[in-house]
Amino acid sequence: MNEMSPLPTVPPEAVPLNLSRRSFLGASLGALVLGVALPAGGRAFAQEAAPAIVPGTRVNAYIQIQPDSTVLFRSAFIEGGQGIFTAMAQIVGEELDVDPTQFVVEGAPPGPDYTLIGGYRFTGGSMSVRMSYDAMRKLGAAARRMLLQAAATQLGVPIAELSTQPGRVIHAASNRSIPYGDLATAAAALPVPTDVPLRARADFRWIGKPVARIDIRDKSTGKATYAIDLKVDGMLYGAVQHGVRLGMEPGTLANEDQVKAMPGVHSVHRLPGAVAVLANSWWRARRAVEALQITWVEAAPGSTVRVMPADYSSEKHLADLKARTGDGLAFETHGEVGPALAGAARIVEASFDAPHLAHAQLEPPSAIARFNADGTLEVWAPNQAPEMFQADAAKVAGIAPEKVIIHSPILGGFFGRHFLYQTANPYQQAIMLAKATGRPVKLLWTREEEFLRDALRPMSLARFRAGLDANGLPVALSAVAVGEGATGRWFGRTADKVDSSAVEGIAGKVYAIPNRRVGHVHVDDPTIIGFWRSVGHSMNDFFYETFFDEMADAGKQDPYELRRRLLADNPRHRNLIEAVAALSGGWKRGPFTAEDGTRRARGVAMASPFGSEVATIAEVSLKGGEVVVHHVWVAVDPGSIVNPAIIEAQVNSAVALGLSSALLEEVVYEGGVPRARNYDGYPILPPERMPKVHVRIVESGAPMGGIGEPGLPGVPPAVVNAASVLTGQRIRSLPLSRSRLTDMAG
Amino acid sequence: MDITINGQLHQLDIEPDTPLLWVLRDELGLTGTKYGCGLAQCGACTVLVDGQPTRSCVTPVDAVAGSQIMTIEAVTQDPVGQKVVEAWVSQQVAQCGYCQSGQVMAATGLLKQTPKPSDEDIAAAMVNLCRCGTYNAIAAAVRHAAQA
Repeated sequence: MNEMSPLPTVPPEAVPLNLSRRSFLGASLGALVLGVALPAGGRAFAQEAAPAIVPGTRVNAYIQIQPDSTVLFRSAFIEGGQGIFTAMAQIVGEELDVDPTQFVVEGAPPGPDYTLIGGYRFTGGSMSVRMSYDAMRKLGAAARRMLLQAAATQLGVPIAELSTQPGRVIHAASNRSIPYGDLATAAAALPVPTDVPLRARADFRWIGKPVARIDIRDKSTGKATYAIDLKVDGMLYGAVQHGVRLGMEPGTLANEDQVKAMPGVHSVHRLPGAVAVLANSWWRARRAVEALQITWVEAAPGSTVRVMPADYSSEKHLADLKARTGDGLAFETHGEVGPALAGAARIVEASFDAPHLAHAQLEPPSAIARFNADGTLEVWAPNQAPEMFQADAAKVAGIAPEKVIIHSPILGGFFGRHFLYQTANPYQQAIMLAKATGRPVKLLWTREEEFLRDALRPMSLARFRAGLDANGLPVALSAVAVGEGATGRWFGRTADKVDSSAVEGIAGKVYAIPNRRVGHVHVDDPTIIGFWRSVGHSMNDFFYETFFDEMADAGKQDPYELRRRLLADNPRHRNLIEAVAALSGGWKRGPFTAEDGTRRARGVAMASPFGSEVATIAEVSLKGGEVVVHHVWVAVDPGSIVNPAIIEAQVNSAVALGLSSALLEEVVYEGGVPRARNYDGYPILPPERMPKVHVRIVESGAPMGGIGEPGLPGVPPAVVNAASVLTGQRIRSLPLSRSRLTDMAG
Repeated sequence: MDITINGQLHQLDIEPDTPLLWVLRDELGLTGTKYGCGLAQCGACTVLVDGQPTRSCVTPVDAVAGSQIMTIEAVTQDPVGQKVVEAWVSQQVAQCGYCQSGQVMAATGLLKQTPKPSDEDIAAAMVNLCRCGTYNAIAAAVRHAAQA
C-alpha cells in the first residue's frame, strides 16, 4: 500500500477554483455533489472531464459555512479512530481562521474533488495528512479570503483594513465585526482567489498543537453513529450464512418452509456462496438463517470465484512456503552479495515465518442498500475507498456508476479491513437483496461470518543469509521473502516485478551493510488476503530486525551498538535510535533484575514505514511460559506533525496491535476452514497485557511521513529480541503463544 | 412484556429470549450500545442492570423484566456516569470509539460500587476489549473519574 501508486502531492500549479459558484458556501452542497456526474476510478476522469477538476481545490466541495458560523467540512478521508477528522479541522481551521471545535466533519461522497492521492482516493497507507496537508491549507486560506472580500463589499472598506478572528471578520478602524455565517452567501458569488499567502508556521494556533479530538464527546456518550447504527425507512434486516469454504454454493434448503414461517421472517434468498434471510429485525433474521438446513455444493469446475481447497491448512501452506527455495526475483540490490558472502569469515542463516491475521475490528461489517425511484442506488457501508466501492456497486447493480451514491460512515476500527475485497465485503449481498425485494435492506454479518470471510494478512516466510567479517561485522546480507503481497492481489501483479508490499520492511532498511540483496519468491496465498495495519512491514520488520540480533550475537556485537555503528553516516536514524535509548533511560540489554524482583531484558528494533522513521525498545520478563511486556518506548520521526496528542494515541494503538500480533494472534485453517470464528478462538490483546507506552516525537524536518501505521512494525521484533535474551534461544515464528518460553536461568 | 430502560417503561411484543442488546438497538432505537461478538467476549454491549455491568448480547430480555436498565444514552443523567464521561473527554480516551460505550458503562458500574478503586480493582473490572488499544487511557480515565 505504501507504494501502491506514484504519490505526487497536489501539483504546484494547482490553485483553488470555483466551478460552481451557485453552490458555494451556504447553498446545498448535496445538490452540487449529486449534480456532478462521476465515472468511477480516479485518475481516468481527471483526464477526461472538461474542465478538469484539480483534486483539493474547489472550496465548495469541501467547506460549507453554516448560518451559525460553524463549518461543515467534507473530508476526503474517513475517520476510523486515527483522528483524521480532527486533523482536517486543525489544518483547514488554521488557514480559514475557525477554531477546530467549530467544525462538523463528515466523510465526503465519491468524486474527483477528493482524489488527493495521485488521482486516487483511499484512507490508508498512513497517507491522509501527508498527501493533503498543502492542499487543505490552501483551501482554507482561499475560503478565508473570499469571506474577507465579501465583508469588504458589505462594509464599504478596503480589504486591506480587514482582519479575522476565529469565525468572524473584523474591521478594527470602525470597531465592527461580521460573523462568517452572515457572509457565507455573499462569498458564494465571488471567484476563488489563487494567490493567498499561507499562515507563517510561527503563527500556528492549532497545527502542531495537542488539540482535543472533535469527536471525543460523542464517542464517550454513545452518540457517534457507525454504519451498524444506521436505519432507513422501510428497510428489511438481513443475516447470512456463508458456505464455509469459498466456492461452495447453496444447494437444497431442507427446512425452507419452516424457516419462512419463523417470527418476523420476510424471505429466504440464495446468494453467491451464501444464503440470506430477511426479516423485520436483525435478531429474527439471524436466528432464522442459522436455523436453515443447507446442503452445500462444492464449486463447479471453472468456477469464477477463488475456490478454497478442502485440503487446505495453515500447516500445509507454511510447508509450501518453506519448500520454495531459491533467491527469487530481485527487488533491491547493493554491491555484490554473492562474492561478499563467499569471502565472509562467517555465515549466519535463519528462516522466519508469520501467520495469517484477522483484522478483528470491533464493529462487524454491515451495509444498507436502497434503490430510489429516480433510478439511483444508495449504499451505506464502512469503506476506505468510496470511488472503488461506487464502481463495484454499479457493476453489481447493473447501473451506471454515477447512479450510485456511496455514504461513508465513521468506522468502528478498520486497520485495513474496509478496502474493496469482494467476497469480504457485505455490500454486494445487500445490493442483491434490495434488488430482489424492492425494499431497502440492511445486512449485518455476525462476528462468526466476519471471521469466516475477513481478508487476512498474508502468511509469509523469510530466509536470511549474512556474511560477517573477521571482526564480526556484517559485510553481506541476502534476504528472500516467500509469499504473496496484498497490493499485488488487489491492484495487479506482473510476473517480472516484485510486489513491494511483500518485501517492504526487509527492503528499504537503513543499515550500512555494503553488499545486500532482497528477493521475493511469489507463492499464491489460497486465502483471501488484504491489507492489515502496516501491511508488509507488520511482519517483514519482525523478520529482519530479529535476524539482525542473530547477526549481532554471532559476531559478538551488542545489537544496539551494532545498529548505531551501521548508522554512523546516517544522522537522522542515528539520532532516532539514540533518542529511544535516552527515552528508556539509556540502553541496557540485560538480563537484569527489576525492582519487583522479575528478571528482565530489553530488545531494540528500527523500522522505516510509510514515510516515517521509528525506533522501538521493549522490556520483557517471562511468567508461566509467557512473555510479559512491561514497557515499550517508541521514538518516531514523521518529519513534521499536526497533532502530537493524536500521534501519541496512535503510537499506543499501534503498540497494542503489534504486541497483540506478536503474542497471540494467528488465523489457523484446517480442512479449508478457519478454526476460530469469534474472539474466544482468536484472542486479541486484553487490557491486562497492555504495557506502559512511552513516546517521543522527533521532528527532523524531513518530508512529512505517516502516523497511523508506523508505530507497529518495531514492536514484534523489539519484544522477541528481548525475550530471546531471557530464553537464550532465538524465536523465529509468531505468535509467541505457540511456544512455552522458559528462562535459561531457570 | 414490560422492561424499564433509563427510567422509562416499555411494553414489548417480542420473543422472550431475544437478547437485550437487540431489543435496545432494533426495537427501541438505542444504538449507543454496540454489537461486537454476541458471545460476551468483548464487552461492547455492556449496560447496567440494577447497577451491575451486564453484557446485553447474552442477556435474554425476559431475564431483566422488572430490573432497572441503564444504557449509554442515559449515562450523563447519572452523577457517577457524568463524572466518567468527563474523565473520558479530559483523558481523550476514544479512538474509533466503537467499544467506548461499553467501557464507559463498565467504569460507571465500577465506580458506583467502588468509588475509590485500587489499580487492582480497575484491572479486575475493566476487562472489555479495545482493538485500538486505548487501555492505558481507559485506566487513566477511571482513576481520574474516581478523584473527581
